Amino acid sequence: MVDFLMPSLGADMEAGTLVEWLVKPGDWIKRGDVVAVVETQKGAIEIETFQAGQVEKILIGLNSKVPVGTPLAQIRTEAAAPAPPSVPPMAPPVVPPTVIVPPVSPPAPPRPSVAAAKASPAARRLAQERGIDLTMISGSGPDGAITYADVERRLGVAAAAPPVVPAEKKRAIGLDLDAMRVAIAAAMARSKREIPHYYLEHRIDITACEQWLAQRNETRPPESRLLIAALTIKAVAMAVHRFPAFNGFYRDNKFESSKAVHVGTAIAIRGGGLAAPALHDADQLPLDELMSRMRDLIQRTRTGRIRSSEISDSTITISSLGERGVEALYGVIYPPQVAIVGFGKVVKRPWVVDDAIGPRSVVAITLSADHRVSDGHAGALFLAEIGKLLMEPDKL
Amino acid sequence: MSAIDIRQVIQEELNNIAPEADIASVDPAADLREAIDIDSMDFLNFVIAIHRRIGIDIPEIDYPKLVTLNGAFAYIDAKLQAR
Repeated sequence: MVDFLMPSLGADMEAGTLVEWLVKPGDWIKRGDVVAVVETQKGAIEIETFQAGQVEKILIGLNSKVPVGTPLAQIRTEAAAPAPPSVPPMAPPVVPPTVIVPPVSPPAPPRPSVAAAKASPAARRLAQERGIDLTMISGSGPDGAITYADVERRLGVAAAAPPVVPAEKKRAIGLDLDAMRVAIAAAMARSKREIPHYYLEHRIDITACEQWLAQRNETRPPESRLLIAALTIKAVAMAVHRFPAFNGFYRDNKFESSKAVHVGTAIAIRGGGLAAPALHDADQLPLDELMSRMRDLIQRTRTGRIRSSEISDSTITISSLGERGVEALYGVIYPPQVAIVGFGKVVKRPWVVDDAIGPRSVVAITLSADHRVSDGHAGALFLAEIGKLLMEPDKL
Repeated sequence: MSAIDIRQVIQEELNNIAPEADIASVDPAADLREAIDIDSMDFLNFVIAIHRRIGIDIPEIDYPKLVTLNGAFAYIDAKLQAR
């Protein structure tokens, strides 16, 4: 028997609110199954299990806010052998005792009693935003659970409102941008306080990638087309094989490089938010697979459905400001990672190729890295390697 | 497919991407990437949706023609007329 614990989804997380159980006692689960939804500053996060077995007992009821590490449920494991820990190895809270953690709780709106009511995350969010007491509503969902529509009815908006739900609310389900800003502030302040960053920039001719992409996409239907981001992510993921000092975690005053390459992908959220969930094993994925995972990840991130492993697993981060951005960006490392690679927008520039000047597509690749772990020399070689990989898109 | 239907599909799909934007009030000649803040992934999703719903082929090389509301309408309309 093992306990399924409230995971730490980042060093700044102290507690989470359990808002949905997707399993019940007696259910069989396997590793990677989503078993519960927890609400955090980063939004509603789907929590996966790292244990296979049978759910024995649910220990924490809905709407309970409990500290990281609290047992949420008991799982009867399949094997009698000693079980691995029920959270991923990188999950435990790692804030060193000397660190002053800034207050991370956003000023809470008046919070009505929700303890006894069973409700969907969307309903809960709406009720909290509008100050509705969920216990006053009778639910029409499964087992009498309160649905979004039930809360709307209570608000009296269903009858009066135009057919479209107000846009703010549509986007905000599972995402609280104010809370997200507080979480970003805490992580970035910690980064700037603890990590001695150094910064490098390397401009490369990316025409080969553009031509290769144009050719490949020409004959494909839109849903099978690749974006250049798929190539840049793959190139970075492959480059860390030769430069492990940029892939891993700095914890307890030492660096542990990671064999797995989980690329945190910075994703802008409409209305002003940012998340960098992990694309797992990006170095192993063929480009088509990487592209479809990236599409799925962006979609889920923007609608507030990130999985727990995607929050805590990233071993290096990539940030691209895209075609309307600037030519170069210098990222702030997301602790406990040790590097962030930035891609500026691709621009046409005069460039010398074989002693002749011609128009080429040029992109600036930047690196912000942790000086406790690596030096500029290694960083420069790492950027050069990424550039070299992008010269030969066939091999990505 | 009527002109109104085409405009309706364009509006619905852009709304799926940018739920908070009021597409009806966007300047039909404005660059959508600026006007409603869409990135290359959003734009690809828009092209995928138009391709699925209207069934026209939109090669990548034509993307620049679709970056305004007027441009997208004219492009789709012309493609349908040509069928």
